[in-house]
Amino acid sequence: MSVEPLLPAARFARTDSVRRRERAQSLAKATFFVMAIAMILPLIAIVGYLVYRALPSLSVDFLLDVPRRGMREGGIWPAFIGTLYLVGISLAVAAPIGVLAAIYLNEYARDTWLNRLISLAVINLAGVPSIVHALFGLGAFVYAARFGYSVLSASLTLAIMTLPVIIASTREALASVPMAFREACWNVGATRLQTIRAVVLPNSISGILTGIILQVSRAAGETAPIMFTGAVFFKAVERGNLFPYHLNDQCMALSMHLYTLSTQVPNVEPSVLYATAVVLLATVLLVNVTAIAFRVWLRNRKKW
Amino acid sequence: MKTIVATDLRLAYGTREVIHGISFEVERNEIFAIIGPAQSGKTSLLRCLNRTIDFVPEATVSGSLLLEGEDVRKIRDVYGLRRRVGMVAPLPVGLPLSIYDNVAFAPRCVGLRQKSDLDAIVERCLCQAALWDEVKDRLSSLGTALSGGQQQRLTIARALSHEPEVLCLDEFSIAIDPVTTMRIEDVLKELRSQITIILVTNLVQQARRLADRTMFLWRGEIVEIDRSEVVFSDTPGDRRTYGYVQGTFG
Amino acid sequence: MTVLAIDPRGTAPKNSNGVAAVTRRRRSAAAIALERLAEAIIRASGFSAIFFVLAIFFFVFREAAPVLLKESFKPMEFLFSTQWYPTSDVNVRYGTLALTIGSISVTALAMVIAVPFGLGAAIYISEFSGPREKEILKIVIELLAAIPSVVWGFIGLTVMSRIIVSLTGAPVGVNLLNGGIILALMSIPIIVSIGEDALKAVPDSYREAAEALGATRWQIVYRVLLPAGKNGLLAAVLLGVGRAVGETMAVLMATGHAVKVPHSVLDSVRTLTANIAAELGEAAAGSDHYRVLFMTGVLLFLITFAVNLTADLAIRGVRRR
Repeated sequence: MSVEPLLPAARFARTDSVRRRERAQSLAKATFFVMAIAMILPLIAIVGYLVYRALPSLSVDFLLDVPRRGMREGGIWPAFIGTLYLVGISLAVAAPIGVLAAIYLNEYARDTWLNRLISLAVINLAGVPSIVHALFGLGAFVYAARFGYSVLSASLTLAIMTLPVIIASTREALASVPMAFREACWNVGATRLQTIRAVVLPNSISGILTGIILQVSRAAGETAPIMFTGAVFFKAVERGNLFPYHLNDQCMALSMHLYTLSTQVPNVEPSVLYATAVVLLATVLLVNVTAIAFRVWLRNRKKW
Repeated sequence: MKTIVATDLRLAYGTREVIHGISFEVERNEIFAIIGPAQSGKTSLLRCLNRTIDFVPEATVSGSLLLEGEDVRKIRDVYGLRRRVGMVAPLPVGLPLSIYDNVAFAPRCVGLRQKSDLDAIVERCLCQAALWDEVKDRLSSLGTALSGGQQQRLTIARALSHEPEVLCLDEFSIAIDPVTTMRIEDVLKELRSQITIILVTNLVQQARRLADRTMFLWRGEIVEIDRSEVVFSDTPGDRRTYGYVQGTFG
Repeated sequence: MTVLAIDPRGTAPKNSNGVAAVTRRRRSAAAIALERLAEAIIRASGFSAIFFVLAIFFFVFREAAPVLLKESFKPMEFLFSTQWYPTSDVNVRYGTLALTIGSISVTALAMVIAVPFGLGAAIYISEFSGPREKEILKIVIELLAAIPSVVWGFIGLTVMSRIIVSLTGAPVGVNLLNGGIILALMSIPIIVSIGEDALKAVPDSYREAAEALGATRWQIVYRVLLPAGKNGLLAAVLLGVGRAVGETMAVLMATGHAVKVPHSVLDSVRTLTANIAAELGEAAAGSDHYRVLFMTGVLLFLITFAVNLTADLAIRGVRRR
């Protein structure tokens, strides 16, 4: 007499159709996983390759030194400090306008056609190609405003281009402050501005700063908008000089430097080329990592 | 003069009228309860009184609503109006500021900067809200870190900080435990001699315990206003009131 | 405990603890004026976005406009001729069709690669990954989106071109294929993040209802999420297209320099954007060539405007539901 084997406890018998569906399920999951990974692995490989090729030149000295032998050797100081100038000035212009615009959109604007138009304008400002921003900077700042090819023209062009970055993230930060806080303030007779100052801004400041950091990353990497408004191929600057440029000078910039080195200058020492790319990439990614770390810290520190 | 006089007050959101021409009066220094089921216009009525209804773009108010003889619809300084009407919302909201700053917020908004004045106001309001003894040693800790019941009392202290003529409580006990509710009810009894209180509640027993007079609002219309003894008696003026109080109507 | 009296009628200027009654206190005129000023500045900043968009169009068009009156400029030729000889002495031609086709073909190739991978990654992140995995993937995508376009161009010029030459045996590695791959890598982050938002916007009740009926994850994705989130996913693709069409430096460096209609993915092409970047430096300010380049800018502005507007409408459709 044979005993029927018992089914394992808490396990339902599977029909063929269930099995087939489960197979489709894991197949789908695997496919999508491969797709998600497919864009990450090559990138890590490429970045690794860039760093590997750059190693012979990478040093603190490379950062502080000036280009030598017709830019084929030496360092990148004039370009690096130029990028700092452009980013700093564009930030000084874009941050206040962007933050205030976001405050208007999130705290004041009612749902009227005019305010919808503003939101649409912000979206489009973000979508305008960088080269069109360059044309605008050339037409408006270099010629119409007579700023000439200068740090000022280039920075203003960058500022307008990066404005939507600040507006979008500030708006998100403001929107994350619960409405109940605002209502509580209004109930005790606080004006909108008092409410914003006392409750809304203090509780969204980290998010706003994140947006500002992202603006820095964006501005540091842009090339097209500064190419025709103030950034130049070469400018003589002493090694390590912190104040080489005036507002109406032309300047070098890291992104522009990488472009000209890799397309216009023949026989550049390859490691110099790769090191320039790595410095630019590292600068931008470092700034972004800062923003991310900031955001994580902010999330762990919420007051409500 | 009555503290509040409403005459044929109507409120519509767009084309949908939610308060259909109601008239009532609130005496000075009484506790005036408004009872009624959800959607009967109780909260909207309070929002008309402190003009936070202005934040709803499609809302239109007509008729007259007088506060100490002044039509609130015509008051130009709405911020001043909101200081005259203290408002406590259903869910406790401690602002993400210190306990001290929570209470000192409204006085500071009108430019009061003197530390000693602010100290006096903070202590007085926290005492009145029966919170002082619990928080006096940690005034600089966050208002949002308090328990729900404490936050609701903090909200009351904040509403008292601008010395309102009318204190409105909108279903204040909805999110707090019965013990704290009883404490706050004691606070309200204490305040009764000093301030006019409008108590919106859907707890019939609470209105019966506290209110001098009670208004039964149903679907934007007044069913009955009378002294609480009458409203909660076996023979109120309208049989719907009896039904609602007994839980068979509404 | 001392309960201090309130002065409900505000008749006395001071209440019993000697503090000026808060209710009756008025803010100083200076404070009110300052607040008005601040609010005016805030409002002006809000409106500045509109102002900047109009200014961009105005100043670009202003530089371009005079050429419209020239006999040598023919609008039909500008749009529909493939002949681009801006510096020729005898036979000046300003036909941008080859450039437009260049832009379209690079963008199309980029989308062929980026859309499946981007949406696939969005679906994986939104529906299949665990919370930690999701967090990491989103950070990687954010970093991917931050890489400057000139670095992408550099990667195309150095790494990608060598890979393409060794794999296909093409004479030059900077071509349509190279630009397409680089642009795809650049557009994927935007497609992933907007696409993930779109999937997140599908109410959980849909998923739960489908799960209650015994559907697997994959069936939920296929039968519920894709139909329900299609507007948002469309917007994600459109924003990816917008990014690809408008991209300048990467395509300038990665696609080669031939102004011609490409016949295979291994041909060099030039896009509308790259053409401006490549030639603006040589064109004398105020010359016809210079103005035609600005006219190309106007064209680009209008194209991206239309793409972004459509994407916005698609997203709005999602929100309304």
